[in-house]
Amino acid sequence: MNTLNLSRRSFVQLSGAVAASAVLAGCGGGSSDGGSASNDGTTFKIGGIGPVTGAAAIYGNATKYGAQVAIDEVNAAGTIKMDLNWQDDEHDPEKSVNAYNTLKDWGMQILVGTTTTTPCVAVSTETNADRIFELTPSASSVNVIGGEEIGADNPRKDNVFQMCFTDPNQGTASAQYIADKKLGTKIAIIYNNADAYSTGIYQKFIDESKALNLDIVSTQTFTDDQTDFSVQVGDAKSKGADLLFLPIYYTPASLILAEAKKQDYAPKFFGVDGMDGILTLEGFDTALAEGVMLLTPFVATAEDDATKAFVEAYKKAAGTSENPNQFAADAYDCVKAIAQAIEAAGITPDMTASDICDALIAQFTDSSFTYSGLTGESSWSTTGEVTKTPKGMVIENGIYMPLDEE
Amino acid sequence: MGFITNMINGISLGSVYAIIALGYTMVYGIAKMLNFAHGDVIMVGGYICFIAMNNLGLPPVVAVLLSIVGCTCLGIVVERLAYKPLREAPSLAVLITAIGVSYFLQNTALLVWGADPKAFRSILDLPSIKLFNGQLTVSPISLVTVAACVAIMVGLTLFTTRTKMGKAMRACSEDKGAAQLMGINVNTTISMVFAIGSGLAAIAGVLLCSTYPTLMPTTGSLPGIKAFTAAVIGGIGSIPGAALGGVLLGIIEIFAKAYIGTQLADAIVFAVLIVVLLIRPAGLLGKEIHEKV
Repeated sequence: MNTLNLSRRSFVQLSGAVAASAVLAGCGGGSSDGGSASNDGTTFKIGGIGPVTGAAAIYGNATKYGAQVAIDEVNAAGTIKMDLNWQDDEHDPEKSVNAYNTLKDWGMQILVGTTTTTPCVAVSTETNADRIFELTPSASSVNVIGGEEIGADNPRKDNVFQMCFTDPNQGTASAQYIADKKLGTKIAIIYNNADAYSTGIYQKFIDESKALNLDIVSTQTFTDDQTDFSVQVGDAKSKGADLLFLPIYYTPASLILAEAKKQDYAPKFFGVDGMDGILTLEGFDTALAEGVMLLTPFVATAEDDATKAFVEAYKKAAGTSENPNQFAADAYDCVKAIAQAIEAAGITPDMTASDICDALIAQFTDSSFTYSGLTGESSWSTTGEVTKTPKGMVIENGIYMPLDEE
Repeated sequence: MGFITNMINGISLGSVYAIIALGYTMVYGIAKMLNFAHGDVIMVGGYICFIAMNNLGLPPVVAVLLSIVGCTCLGIVVERLAYKPLREAPSLAVLITAIGVSYFLQNTALLVWGADPKAFRSILDLPSIKLFNGQLTVSPISLVTVAACVAIMVGLTLFTTRTKMGKAMRACSEDKGAAQLMGINVNTTISMVFAIGSGLAAIAGVLLCSTYPTLMPTTGSLPGIKAFTAAVIGGIGSIPGAALGGVLLGIIEIFAKAYIGTQLADAIVFAVLIVVLLIRPAGLLGKEIHEKV
């Protein structure tokens, strides 16, 4: 999700440079009965869009297989039938709109996607005009749903809903979590003030900390391309902060962790979902991340049956031995939430896409509608933002472990 | 104590700049060209070291040597292919070619190693040295960087003043034509300069990445530009000037961050360049050369 804002620049530089994995590229139209363009009235046509090739492929593949696992479960349960058609967009807005048009020709009724934020802003404008219901697993910007603060040039998209947190809400959730669990008495923050994601979280965090009387002793900033964090970490250390809040991506976070070690400074580190991925950074000494906490809606190592079953099914579907990340869980929840809403609202596959859209909007914004899944108990506001309780994770011995069950 | 910590950090950062600036100043002083690809050779040096240590599992010393050899070869090849054909061309053409080489190296790195940042493991895996009950910590890599900077500066000065090759380099710098008449092979001499400059870039790359452990295709760009600024502040072409300029720039940058603001640090660094150029156009230790008309 948010990691992608970071990489947007790199992706532009990268376009065409990355060798595409041709095997996956061909999978887009993989659904067997994709030929039956006219709806036979028994199966819902669910479209999915996300980068399954290119530099962001890890996110697209996670969502694709996560969604597939959910579709298989829904079909196995038998009440309703769903058919998934996943299209690749290579994390490119234009290709994403092309993928969307392909899906429309196929007869898509509901869209699960798109995985990444920048393409999603473009595609959500299209679905809004075409009246197709859209639930994105992981595009986290408020621009995707057309949040209220955006203004007249970015109108509300009433048909677009998010399964992941909107960026700024992570700030509020983090402050509440730190206060609830009494994780720190003196808090230092280092954030990237050249980045909307980071500043958005920071602002909300500060607002909420004031309300909760958290003691912020040091606030330091940096900008893109900066690699020297000696001053920022030094300031937090000299002010005696016992918790360092890092609402930033994992690349600068890895530098801050290394700098803290260099300065022999060991506070509690608290990150947001941009921190997710630090363990997969090539060459990273995972010992540095030992004890780092972060908020995320999904923990693959959690012990509940639903998570265990999902991890199992995901590994099988994706043919991998790696645990699914939160993107996969978000996509799974998207499909399951839609299925639940379809049943609750009594929607049938022979309805037109725009009728389904209206019925689903009414269902999702209904105050009594909640969906309980892998990423927690979710409900939606009329703006399309999700409300749910994030789970705390802590990195132990190089893997994520749930923080609450210690 | 905060002041001393910042000073140490400043000198450490400044020493990295100084080593890069020494490469810039060598090439400029002798070949009279600005090698804007220098920063990207640093990046290549970092990648070679990273791959040697992480993927091939070689010990750090071997990795560093491999990186130096690799960059030296790269420097010679680039000089042969891109700069040598332009020996008689106007300096603007060479400058633009250097920028082209810079982009070429960056994008090749993007193709070969991808856009994902790599976490560079320091070549020295030693704990920080604690002083005054842990109030002051100094990382071993900072000490190595400072030592390397001083050693390289002294070594280069001795090399250019004492050895035959060094003297030939200075001769080429003063008057290529006359040097050639005296029996100096100008082309070989300039290739030699590039070889040394690129070897220095490899050392700078390894030290830079060890101090700030991240590596991506654009890693060398900003430090390269800042080191160039340092070389100009110190007086481009002057070896002690480059070292002085680098250390000064590092200290200014850290102090600006600590006492003025992290956003303004880069602006201040470049503002210092403008001020120095206004007051002393030849740089702090540069010689004023009156152009003959």
